[in-house]
Amino acid sequence: MTTAAVPKARSRGDYAKIIGLIFGVLVLIGIIYGYITNPVTTTAVLASTLRQSTPLVLGALCGLIGERSGVINIGIEGQMLMAAFIAFLANVYTGNLFVAVLAGFATGAVLGAFLAFMSVTLKMDQIIGGTVINILALGLTSFFYQTGLTTQGKMQPIPLGPLADIPLIGPIFFDNPPITYTTLILVMLVHYVLFYTRWGLRTRAVGEHPSAADTVGINVFKIRYINVIIGGGIAGLAGAYLTLEAVGSFERAMTNGRGFVALAVMIFGKYTPFGAWGAALLFGFATALQTQLQFAGQLEIPHQFIGMLPYLLTIIVLAGFVGRTRVPSAVGKPYEKE
Amino acid sequence: MNKTNRPIVLEAKGLTKRFPGVLANDNINLKLHQGEILAFLGENGAGKSTLMNMLYGLYTPTEGEIWIKGEKVEMSNPGDAIDRGVGMVHQHFQLVPVMTVAENVMLGSEITSGGGRLNMRKAIQNVRDLSEQYGLAVDPTAVIEDLPVGTQQRVEIIKALYRHADILILDEPTAVLTPQEANELFRIMNDLTAQNVSIIFITHKLKEVLSVADRIGVLRSGQMVGTAMPEDSTETSLAELMVGRNVILQVEKSPSKPKEPVLQIQNLHVRDDRGHASVEGVDLEVRAGEIVGIAGVEGNGQRELVEALTGLRHADSGKIIIDGREITHFNPRQITELGVAHIPEDREKHGLVMPYTLSDNMVLNKYFKAPYAKGVIMHHDKIDQNGQVLVKEYDVRPPNIHALAQNLSGGNKQKVIVAREFSTPTKLLVAAQPTRGIDVGSIEFIHKQIVAQRDQNVAVLVVSAELDEVLGLADRIAVMFDGRIVKILSAAEATRERVGLLMAGSEA
Ligand SMILES: Nc1ncnc2c1ncn2[C@@H]1O[C@H](COP(=O)(O)OP(=O)(O)OP(=O)(O)O)[C@@H](O)[C@H]1O
Ligand SMILES: [Mg+2]
Repeated sequence: MTTAAVPKARSRGDYAKIIGLIFGVLVLIGIIYGYITNPVTTTAVLASTLRQSTPLVLGALCGLIGERSGVINIGIEGQMLMAAFIAFLANVYTGNLFVAVLAGFATGAVLGAFLAFMSVTLKMDQIIGGTVINILALGLTSFFYQTGLTTQGKMQPIPLGPLADIPLIGPIFFDNPPITYTTLILVMLVHYVLFYTRWGLRTRAVGEHPSAADTVGINVFKIRYINVIIGGGIAGLAGAYLTLEAVGSFERAMTNGRGFVALAVMIFGKYTPFGAWGAALLFGFATALQTQLQFAGQLEIPHQFIGMLPYLLTIIVLAGFVGRTRVPSAVGKPYEKE
Repeated sequence: MNKTNRPIVLEAKGLTKRFPGVLANDNINLKLHQGEILAFLGENGAGKSTLMNMLYGLYTPTEGEIWIKGEKVEMSNPGDAIDRGVGMVHQHFQLVPVMTVAENVMLGSEITSGGGRLNMRKAIQNVRDLSEQYGLAVDPTAVIEDLPVGTQQRVEIIKALYRHADILILDEPTAVLTPQEANELFRIMNDLTAQNVSIIFITHKLKEVLSVADRIGVLRSGQMVGTAMPEDSTETSLAELMVGRNVILQVEKSPSKPKEPVLQIQNLHVRDDRGHASVEGVDLEVRAGEIVGIAGVEGNGQRELVEALTGLRHADSGKIIIDGREITHFNPRQITELGVAHIPEDREKHGLVMPYTLSDNMVLNKYFKAPYAKGVIMHHDKIDQNGQVLVKEYDVRPPNIHALAQNLSGGNKQKVIVAREFSTPTKLLVAAQPTRGIDVGSIEFIHKQIVAQRDQNVAVLVVSAELDEVLGLADRIAVMFDGRIVKILSAAEATRERVGLLMAGSEA
């Protein structure tokens, strides 16, 4: 019996990896060249890349821990927006940033629980459940929003000692506000939990083959609930990031589609935290570059076209080179016990 | 051996299970004694799996009580059953295809080293130990979807042993095993009972029941219709008890009158999923009006051969000719249109669309044609009519054309496929494991249908791991070994022993 794993012939995936590597090297060369010729702008673009990517990464993490357990979450946008609003209010009224962030997290988690209730317990169509959250969040935040409120303080960058002084890398990675750091940690944490722990194994099993999990005594509903709730909390963190760390105030519909871009980022990242992180960085980079180009204003291209740059670049690179994504088999399907 | 004086480890009292519109189990009483092998027989849809699922905590009984080791139990999920030492190998494997053997084995009872971190190394070692201890060969690091069904079955057994089960429920474990693998399983079952493990064993194969069971229970339409002791029973008596009428276990057919060749395979080479040569130069001809059977231990290229014939897999080289037309690179639809019917080996994956109704499933090979469709408009009344006729003719139970395929019992799923494939005009019938998981009554029926097809000048190719089936049906027998056809015998030349030896690769 030959059951041992045999290496497959070189597949499309391998070529994609090679092309990806070449692409990565080119980007690196570009960055170094940029840094030598124009250090200030380059650092600004790269630092902005990380900032732009933060809410996307958080949103994608929310999406992927839900979908890995079999629940589609298209309500990320709404979770972010609502959390941004509540975090903002919490800050306005308590003046405490930490409490405000917690409020954002909790808001996302509560909406996560609501989504889980609709899709796991009521077995509603999951797309509709997510849409309900999006509409609800947009309606409620717009209705209750009053102009004139201002936050009390904004989260400030915390330089990490001598690390922050390393040229180029220091200002980008080691001189950030708290939620940005947290995001980097979360990427690693979610990766670890998903692929190296009991919880992760069960989550993936539930998302791939819920009845197999059920027959070994795993509570499919519980796993789905908890994943969707924690995911909601993480999306809530993205909302808090927007009001407390990026902008410093709330605006109507300020998430501006980030929840949906996060979903795309999750898919392009093949449902893995690091993949999502890479995809979000790419998108963030394109966004930062776009802003820089608009700013410089030397190009004779209508700004609408420059505005398309992040989307175009992301689609070309990711759709072209990343190859096929394997979606968790049971995603979107309510589990019927009998 | 009579073990009924031993302590009772599992008892069901008046168990009843009702699904919407179906009384699947009706007031069932059963006792399982320590170290005993209790075999369960019953027609497809008799309610065997349902009963086992209740004993395993997967289904909640509508009425009745379950007692395990002297204690009355209320189980809300399989975890409760596992805690009491009950293990189950399901009729349809409960394995996560993208995960490894070790991951599947430990799922739900993981080995961790603090903080919930999986200890993969220990898990792999554990699986290796179990597989050595019980002679269940598997590679713990292999990914499930790459493994043949026989190996997946072993993984399921290891899963139960890993959880220290001492009451083991095996729901049709031998349906997918080769005779050698089945014998291996019986050896394991005997080892286990010697260590006081008690086993409930479901099968449709009467021979197996007679050779391994200590006691036999028979279910019919959800009711326990009797128990029997193997020493007082014969295959015929059991079949009668099961079906409630006399069953003819032998295939009845007249000598074949082969006509023009319909299928010609020339020097065919096909690779398997991993890119390894699997079919290595097969030449075969099937004529109208004859049944050619392919005998062979599973995994010797039969699956890939069938998939190439039906357009599900690309052939590397060689030619497949049907009715004088080369079809080597045709797609499945084109091949179906030529009049090729296919009963696939994996009924859940290639045979049925599980969330569709029976009537929809019954037109999968013709829904795009009149009278079922006109342009893009489907004619549901015609589709339902077709379903109604076939359900009646092929005795699918329950006879509800709007039931979903996924809610059918295993054997009835198979009947739906057979009904669909036999109800269209056919030139060539390719049947892979056509009676896997089917009760004796239905086997008799399907075999009759296959012979009837032959007598209407259809060319038939039957692939079966069941040697008796091949010997009983085929007019000519091709033995496949290691990707090649090592010998073609006429029905007269083919004895059990001779074919068995050829299948094992000895004798040329
Ligand atoms: N989840 C379900 N919902 C509705 N009906 C069901 C369900 N599961 C089983 N049934 C019905 O209950 C009856 C008993 O099915 P069961 O699977 O127990 O049969 P079985 O004896 O195991 O048959 P087989 O030998 O074909 O596996 C069948 O009529 C089946 O259609
Ligand atoms: Mg069954």
